Order: sequence, then C-alpha cells, then structure tokens
Amino acid sequence: MIGFNARSAWTIYKQELMRAFRTVMQSIFAPVLTTTLYFVVFGAAIGSQMQGGMGGVNYGAFIVPGLLLLTLLGESTSNASFGIYMPRFTGAIYELLSAPVGVAETLVGFVGAAATKSLILAAIILITATAFVDYTIAHPILAVGYVILVSASFSLFGFILGIWADNFEKLSIVPMLILMPLTFLGGTFYSIDVLPEPWRSVALANPVVYLVNGLRWTFYGSSDVSIWLSLGLTLAFLAACVALIAYIFRTGWRLRS
Amino acid sequence: MAFCTCEHIYAAMEPILDIRGLTKTYPGGLTALDAVDLQIRQGEIFALLGPNGAGKTTLIGAVCGLVRPTGGEIYAFGENMREHWRGLRARIGLVPQELATDMFEPVLRSVRHSRGLFGLPADPDRIEEILRSLSLWDKRDAQIRNLSGGMKRRVLIAKAMAHDPDLLFLDEPTAGVDVELRRDMWKQIAEMRARGTTVILTTHYIEEAEEMADRVGIIRQGKIVMVDEKDAMMKRLGRTEARVTLSQPLTQLPDGLSGRSVTLSDDGLTLCYRGGDGAGQGKAEVAELTKTLTRSGIDYVAIETHESSLEDIFVDLVENGGGRAAA
Repeated sequence: MIGFNARSAWTIYKQELMRAFRTVMQSIFAPVLTTTLYFVVFGAAIGSQMQGGMGGVNYGAFIVPGLLLLTLLGESTSNASFGIYMPRFTGAIYELLSAPVGVAETLVGFVGAAATKSLILAAIILITATAFVDYTIAHPILAVGYVILVSASFSLFGFILGIWADNFEKLSIVPMLILMPLTFLGGTFYSIDVLPEPWRSVALANPVVYLVNGLRWTFYGSSDVSIWLSLGLTLAFLAACVALIAYIFRTGWRLRS
Repeated sequence: MAFCTCEHIYAAMEPILDIRGLTKTYPGGLTALDAVDLQIRQGEIFALLGPNGAGKTTLIGAVCGLVRPTGGEIYAFGENMREHWRGLRARIGLVPQELATDMFEPVLRSVRHSRGLFGLPADPDRIEEILRSLSLWDKRDAQIRNLSGGMKRRVLIAKAMAHDPDLLFLDEPTAGVDVELRRDMWKQIAEMRARGTTVILTTHYIEEAEEMADRVGIIRQGKIVMVDEKDAMMKRLGRTEARVTLSQPLTQLPDGLSGRSVTLSDDGLTLCYRGGDGAGQGKAEVAELTKTLTRSGIDYVAIETHESSLEDIFVDLVENGGGRAAA
C-alpha cells in the first residue's frame, strides 16, 4: 500500500532533531571543536609555513573542503546510525513499527534529521573556518547542493549501519575504522597528484577521493578527478543506499522478527 | 417482545479482528504460532492467557506489525491487514510488555510524539484528558526515567491511547505493578471499554482476566486451546469439590449417595464430592449430600468446599489438556 503521511514524517524528524539538541555538547560542540583544531594546527600553523600551497590554492584554504567532508561523513553516519539503533536497542522501535509509517516517512524523519544536523554543523564549521583561514567558494550553489547530497547519502548509509549493528561496537567500527582512515587517505590534507605511482593509482580506488575532490571543485573550480565522475559516484552511492533500505523494509531484516 | 442478549448482538456483528490460520515459524524452526484462528468482537475485553512462550506476544506482534507471519491472514475492521496496513494500523494501539521508550523524554512530549507518529494533528485538550485520566498530568514535565515503574507503564498506556485506537492491545499491562496500582489500571481499562475501545490483553494474573474479561482465550504451544465467554467457561469447566470428614468410618457408600459423583476414601473416613457446573449446581448438590447423610444417621465432623477458579481451569487446560476439568 503506497502513501505518505507527512505529519508522521515531521514528527520523527522533529523528535530526532530534539534528541540532537538535548545532547548539544556531543552533537554540535564536539565536532565543531575538533574541526576547529584541525584548522588551527594544519591550516593556520603548518599551512602558513607551506609556500605555494597545494594545487595552486593556499594550503589553509585547500583543506577546508576535506575537513568539512571529514565532519560530514562521520557525523551523518553516526547521527543516523544512532538514531535508528537506539530505539532498536531499547525496544522503543515497537512504536515506529506498529504505526502507520512506511519507508518513506521513516527515511524523511530519521535520515532527514541526521542530514539536517550535518548541514547545521557544516554551516558552523565554515563560519568558524573564516577565523583561521581565507577561503572562497567558486560555485556556492553547487557547493550547497553537493554538501546536501553527501549528507543525505551518508545519513542513509548510517541508517543502514544502525539497522545492521547489533551492538555498540559495530556501530562505531565503521565510522572509526573505515570512514576516518579512508577520509584521511582520500586527499583531505593533500592532492593525490603529489603521490608517486603506484600510490596515486591506489588512491583512486578510495571512494572518498571522489567525494573530497567533488566538494573541492565546487570551492576552487579544480580538482584531482572530474566533477562529473564525483557527482555520478555519489548519486550511485545514494541510489544503492535507498535500494538497500527499501529491501530492508520489504523483508523486515533486523527490524521485524 | 423478544429481548436480545449481548451474546446475540456480538454474534450478529462482524468481528473487529479476524485471525485465520496465523502461523509464525522462526528461521531456527521454532513454531511460535500454529494455525491460530481467533475472532475478537467489537467492544469486548478479551483476555489471552497462556504460559511463558505460549505465543501470546508473538500473536500481538503479528497483528501490530512487529512480527512477520509465515502463514495465514489477519483481517481488522473487515479489511486485510496485509493490503490495508496503513489505514488499519492507525486504528490499533499497543502497550508493550517491556517498558520501552525514550526515557529521557518528558511525559507530555512523549505522548504528543505518539499522536503525531500516527499521523494525527496536535490536540492538547485530548492529550491533557488522557494524562489526567491516568493521573499523569502532574508529571507531564518529568522525564520518564524519573518516574516509578507503575507510572512508566501508565505513560506507555497514555502513548498507546494518544491516537484514540479502536482496538488496543495490552501485553501484560500490570506486570510488576503493585496491587493498588493494578486495581487502578483495571479501572482504566474498564473505562477504555466504556468509551468503545476493544481491548485485548495478555496476562499472567488469572484474577485479572477473571475480574475484567468478557471472553477468555487460552493459548498453549502456539495453539489456541479454548476460547469462550468467561462465565460460560466457568460454568462448563468449573467444578465444586467437597470433602466431608465422618466421625465414624464407613465400609461402603450409603445407598442414597451412589451415582452422585461421591467417592469414599480408602480409610472410610472421608466422602469426596466432585461435580457441579461452576454456577451453583455443585453447592446445591453438596447441601443435598449433607441432608442425605443426616437422614441416614451418618455423623460428620467437618466439611470443606472449594469452587474451581479460572486459574484452576487454566492450569488444568495448560497442564492436563483439560482432562481433569472435563472429567
């Protein structure tokens, strides 16, 4: 049976946002502080010593898109995974499962809220960054669109993670042991063009390279890989996540016994 | 002029919930529900009794969308749940067995959330009415985690009532609450029924079913063993037991007592009666027994009588398959 109950979706969305503001120190301040420290250490302190910058851009400005993405990936994934995992863990998910709510309302609510939190963080981080580095955004509308796309994609990914995980360890394994290393090695702090072969080719196998470079292109109009390739891969990742979630809801995997 | 009894009215109405051949077999091979057929009538309080692991919670879960059945069909309000789940779920409420909710939320916000989740617009007056009826209004701003166990259970009831369901499932609603609060909740449930809500409850407390239910269903190993009007079940399976201790031993039953469900103990000092229908016939027969003894000049020093309760019937059905009650 198809349909969409906007009020139900809004209720979930509102509840999830309130949960973030209930833990504002952890949800907002902590990631902003961490990213700010990166700007101070790598952007202002080390970056000021790097003559010529990176890829023709001042080094402090060069790392802004990468650091923004580092936060976006981690926070989108964590927020969405905790959002759905906690009711599963406490048993409170019975209310969602017994409500007249389908996959669309659930995604708009949980994933929408997780993505919104990430976007709020992104805005705060970008504003904070202006205090430490000079940067410009060549294509601001595209940058906003790309940030929204990445936030939504990784919130969907986090939602899947939250359904897959059956303990807290699994919940943190993916962001800590997979996403963060891939992001660090994905050109956040450097252009992959500076890598010697075969490491440059190896780096191209890292999917985060395309995300970082996609966002960097919207900032500076140039990147290590094509913007269209970045955009295409991100959209494909989004579509794969949506398809997997649709399958999860259809089969009830890890949700309904 | 012909009078129409409640039973006749119920019989004429379409069941509010019609479960046909419902089966749930888990991947490990455990069959929690085995071709369950069950019809629930509009406006009744139905008590589903069964030992742990009998399938009570699985049955509720299957209706409410928490469990995916492996066979059978569920019709609610005349429509197939599989096809019309969205509209039907909006009319069904569930109070789970576990105290499962976001414990950091204040009571009022949590109950409002439940109403919104079911797609209804905010209605502060109705929410206040629900909270007041459950004595929660004074606690509306308290975090749920700071409430007592009984109060937390009331919050779950309030959340389930927030969308004014026509059919409400209460899974062990009074588990772990004290006697006073339990009686208070019985009152609340009776009030829900008075407002037109059909209530299905599972319970371990037989007295709860005895006190509130119109009909009782007994489930064992995933199968419905019996469904009947509570009073009819008591009448049909209820028994009176009496033990008459004699002052002098007898060698055989007096003539007037043969064929009256009376046996004589081996030592000849006790007459045991077991019979009746759970609706007074047994008591009358015990009185007749004592009169016969008096007329026969047989002296007795003590009489003990015991009416079987719903609990006796339940235990008998679950442990002995109803053999003792039916004997």
